[in-house]
Amino acid sequence: MTTPPPDGLIVVAKADCPTCRLVEPLLTELADAGPLQVYVQDDSDYARTLPGTRYDDTLEHSWRLDTEFVPTLIRMEQGREVSRTYGWDKAEWRAISGLSGLGEELPVMRPGCGSKTLEPGIAERLELAFGDVQLKSREIDVSAEDDAIEACYARGWSDGLPVVPPTPVRVLRMLKGTTRDPQEVVGLMPPDLVSCTVEKVAINAVMAGCKPEYMPVLLAALEASLEDDFGLHGLISTTMFGSPMIVVNGPIAKAIGMNSGNNALGQGNRANATIGRALQLIIRNVGGGRPGEIDRAALGNPGKYTFCFAEAEDSEWLPLAQERGIAAGRSAVTVFPGEGVQGIIDQKSREPESLARSMAESLRAVDNVKLAMAGDAVLVVSPEHARIFIEAGWSKQRLRETLEQLLMAPGEKLLVGAGGIAEGIPARFKDKQVPKFRPGGLLIVRAGGTAGLFSAIIAGWAASGPVGSAPVTREVR
Amino acid sequence: MNDTILLDPTAENAPAQRARLARPDSLEGKVVGLLDISKPRGNVFLDRIEEQLAALGITVNRYSKPTFTRPAPTALKQQIAAEVDVLVEGLAD
Repeated sequence: MTTPPPDGLIVVAKADCPTCRLVEPLLTELADAGPLQVYVQDDSDYARTLPGTRYDDTLEHSWRLDTEFVPTLIRMEQGREVSRTYGWDKAEWRAISGLSGLGEELPVMRPGCGSKTLEPGIAERLELAFGDVQLKSREIDVSAEDDAIEACYARGWSDGLPVVPPTPVRVLRMLKGTTRDPQEVVGLMPPDLVSCTVEKVAINAVMAGCKPEYMPVLLAALEASLEDDFGLHGLISTTMFGSPMIVVNGPIAKAIGMNSGNNALGQGNRANATIGRALQLIIRNVGGGRPGEIDRAALGNPGKYTFCFAEAEDSEWLPLAQERGIAAGRSAVTVFPGEGVQGIIDQKSREPESLARSMAESLRAVDNVKLAMAGDAVLVVSPEHARIFIEAGWSKQRLRETLEQLLMAPGEKLLVGAGGIAEGIPARFKDKQVPKFRPGGLLIVRAGGTAGLFSAIIAGWAASGPVGSAPVTREVR
Repeated sequence: MNDTILLDPTAENAPAQRARLARPDSLEGKVVGLLDISKPRGNVFLDRIEEQLAALGITVNRYSKPTFTRPAPTALKQQIAAEVDVLVEGLAD
């Protein structure tokens, strides 16, 4: 139906709606007065004797008329809608119909019912059938197979855990989470360097189990990962451990229910779990980064299923995103080439100096105690540890500077062969003081539950900075 | 929800129809399994194939399903997959 509805009156009704039944006797009067089209959303004998009654079995007419309630009364003139009311409102119906005595014996007003077009699952189906949205991805018919989840496994689309089958309706619903055009190209996805559209992002988000409102965070994380500084191509292909880890800052974290508290680095929160997983599925499915193929990781790490959490922001400590140039009150993601989690247990330090030394010694283990300026690291400070610094007036910046000082080491101790260990740094550092991390290579985030004098180290890829990967922060829009 | 149509999450560089594994160019050096599905006289057919393969110097392993009425038990499938490169199965009597 591409031609506009005929001039005159249109009524959209549902037989099982009591208000529609209430106005049914009036329809004959309306039909006598001029052209009347009645669209009935459910199969019935509603207004059957009227010549203009039509069973809207596909709901196309109701959908094109943007019907939200039944009954809806519309007047069309010269192909355009000029007035509309819904439910039974005596004054409105009289005004629109031009019949001053209409429904004299009826009450002044009765609310209607919801239109069938808005029932769960129906709206997206109608939009797919009759709307402007065009999904371009290839349709795979799995009707011959027992189970859609098994079909996804069989096609190699899964990370090993079950995925939600990406049906067109689910994908359309996911696309409602962003205002961006489904065909907009987010970037070239390594390692195969193919265009990744918003639609492909949405398909993989469906499979990962995302809700539509996670889309802005996922898109920002993907864009951050695709920035040249992040070096995603190499990170996917490396024999080492790392993979994109996402840290979320700002109001969006609470808005979508992310976890920054108890078990923040663990399982159990849908947003944390599925945003990180969706990014991994995009790498796998769109980019072609599959383990044992282009992904050459010798061991990998569990974060390659998913690794995403929010910072437990504290007014006394500058959040990571703000340290990295994002304005206060804005939301942002930071991607980091994270390995696994190494705990720091210190239940005895009560002074910031002691705790900082404790953390610095633990940070030496990143990559290898004898390596320096190789991998970056994220230090995740739990609230109980952070409190020790905050109560002593230490800012995050001061903690970082202190750690950097404490982590300076005499080169001779780290040289190749020193201490009876062949691994180490080159001989030219022999007489130098060597920092553990390259400038900007130590990030500090506050997260975790409020009980536990523990913090955590998440080591980065040993190829950091311009030779490999640097963390990238991007605002969520 | 109708789950029979899925949207392809990949870059669509591979055919939608999944390809079968390529046939080997030669059986030389390969281990061939012969699976009897336990239908009558299937063994006659497989015995003859075994004779011919053995004459070519090819290693043959014999297997049989407990009954043709059900899929092969998982343990048997895993055993076959671990032990042979190629499998021949006689489907009917």
